[in-house]
Amino acid sequence: MRHRTFFWFFLPTALAMLIFHAAPMVSIAIQSVFLPHEQVVVTVESCGPFGCTETVTVDQEATKALREAEPLGRFAGLQVYFDRGHLAIAELGQAWKNSATMGEFISTMANLPLYRALAFTLTYTFVATPLLIILGFAIAVAVNNLGPMMKGPVIFFSLLPFVVTPLIGSLILFWMVDARGILGSFIQWVAGDPTLSLKASTSLTWIMIIIYGIWNSAPFAFVVFYAGLQTLPQDTLESAMIDGATRWQRIRYVVVPHIMPLVTFVALIQLMDNFRVFEPIVGFSAEAHATSLSWIIFNDLGGETRQLSSAAANSVLTIIGVAILLSPVLVRTWRDFNAKT
Amino acid sequence: MASSTVENRSFALRYGSMAFVVIWLIIAAFPFFWTLWGSFKVELDFFSIADWTDALTGPRTEAVHGSPFTSAGYEGAWLQEEFWRAVINTSLVCLFVVCVSLTIGTLGGYALSRSGFRYTFWLLIIALIFRAVPPITLVAGYLLPFFEFNLWGHLSTAAIVLVALNQPFTLWMLHSFFQKIPKDLDESAKVDGCTQFQAFRHVIIPVMWPGVITTGLFSFLLAYNDFAVTAMLLAKENQTMVPKIASFLGTTQTEGNVMFAVAASVSAVIPLFILVMFFQRQIVSGLTAGAVKG
Repeated sequence: MRHRTFFWFFLPTALAMLIFHAAPMVSIAIQSVFLPHEQVVVTVESCGPFGCTETVTVDQEATKALREAEPLGRFAGLQVYFDRGHLAIAELGQAWKNSATMGEFISTMANLPLYRALAFTLTYTFVATPLLIILGFAIAVAVNNLGPMMKGPVIFFSLLPFVVTPLIGSLILFWMVDARGILGSFIQWVAGDPTLSLKASTSLTWIMIIIYGIWNSAPFAFVVFYAGLQTLPQDTLESAMIDGATRWQRIRYVVVPHIMPLVTFVALIQLMDNFRVFEPIVGFSAEAHATSLSWIIFNDLGGETRQLSSAAANSVLTIIGVAILLSPVLVRTWRDFNAKT
Repeated sequence: MASSTVENRSFALRYGSMAFVVIWLIIAAFPFFWTLWGSFKVELDFFSIADWTDALTGPRTEAVHGSPFTSAGYEGAWLQEEFWRAVINTSLVCLFVVCVSLTIGTLGGYALSRSGFRYTFWLLIIALIFRAVPPITLVAGYLLPFFEFNLWGHLSTAAIVLVALNQPFTLWMLHSFFQKIPKDLDESAKVDGCTQFQAFRHVIIPVMWPGVITTGLFSFLLAYNDFAVTAMLLAKENQTMVPKIASFLGTTQTEGNVMFAVAASVSAVIPLFILVMFFQRQIVSGLTAGAVKG
């Protein structure tokens, strides 16, 4: 295909990505170094028979005019990044000096909004991803052992948690684990504690959201691995059997190496998706115990006061996080590509 | 099945894996059926302090409505809270997103699969990076310009944003489908005098329908399931289903409103249920399409 033809074919999608992916990234970078204008204050001196008094009033019109003239606000440099709501450099420095133990420092750090969100996001990403891969693989192997009649219905019901709207899926589970819901009552009965509430405990909330994440994404891993199992090299399996390999050895040395590329694929997709965890926190109303990077941006943007600078700074930091997460993949792809050409 | 004749499995293993599958199916599907059943009860039955079996038998529902089943939640959500409006909005957004993102996505994906130059690789990598960026970070970038140009709050704005957010994924998926179609096909069409576009339109698209339908399904799911973009970019009167359900939760203090959310959630899940029923094969092939390349 000639460059010219390629250009015209690719133009619409390139425009869409330029305007709605590349431009907003520049936009948040710019917004994050500006702060909203402060109110314009005028000092009026009013003199009466008993001397002069100075009164300070807010000039509403001038404030409005200034905000309309320069909607970005005033330039603030990296100030937003360093304040308490974000990287909190000063607070961390203080805590480092004042904390006697490492544990104390970490607990101070965990109370700062950005680090709190980062802690949960990373825990969620790196706990849920491997577990859902293992569960997906186990289901794929088990379903592969079933008769052909049952496979269709099994795949149908397995797909439900995956296709359901994340917010609705988390709400459905949330209603069930409510202290008055069926799972909540069951857990109270198992624990022998009728006052137990999953919502009230930080660690239980984390576990609940991670279980939701596994429930939601294991079907994806299952379907991919199941498709991989259909292309298993039968003669390799047979020769392994003739050589006396046990069932477990066959899985370990034939099946797993065969589907390893698929594991990498699922891990890549799931790392990207789990890093943006957001809906379950809204669905489980878990913001008191768990927040994520996406959630704090949403929180900044919502409500009466839209804190655009703060949201922009958080977005830039999140994108840097994504870049770090993705860098091993990119470096590898780049090496493979260079080796090929 | 070939492998079962090759491997002489023991009965224990067979039953073990069957039991595992059954447990998984209960975990996967039970919450949906439980919520469907419970959506026809009153709140005090669905969330019962006294006894969990109330949600099954519905004694309080019977006391209030004279029958163990009531459609009060559905009436409240659909009529009183005008959920039907959100359903129409979601349908419009989804229709637009599927049509437009398939149109521009097939053009772009086709070009990527047929051009042998180095830049196609880089374009795919850039698309992958865009795919990895959480949508809410981009929303933070949209708000200020949208306020400035008075674009905020409209259904059309949200639909166009969703089309664009969909593009990286659509490109990857269609690219991998196009790669499977032999290049000789359009080469011979061009030898016969077709332009590149005619070859695309009359030769490639007819054999591409399965791939296009699969990609369309995933575009639909993305638009249908989105919460971050629609919650932030739509004005209250233009809300689609998912932000509407989230807004029920904000007003659940009065009794019965939580049942509106339950009923609305069930209403929103049913189309997905039907979708999986009819397009299971396509969804499975779509999930594995990206994986083929490894």
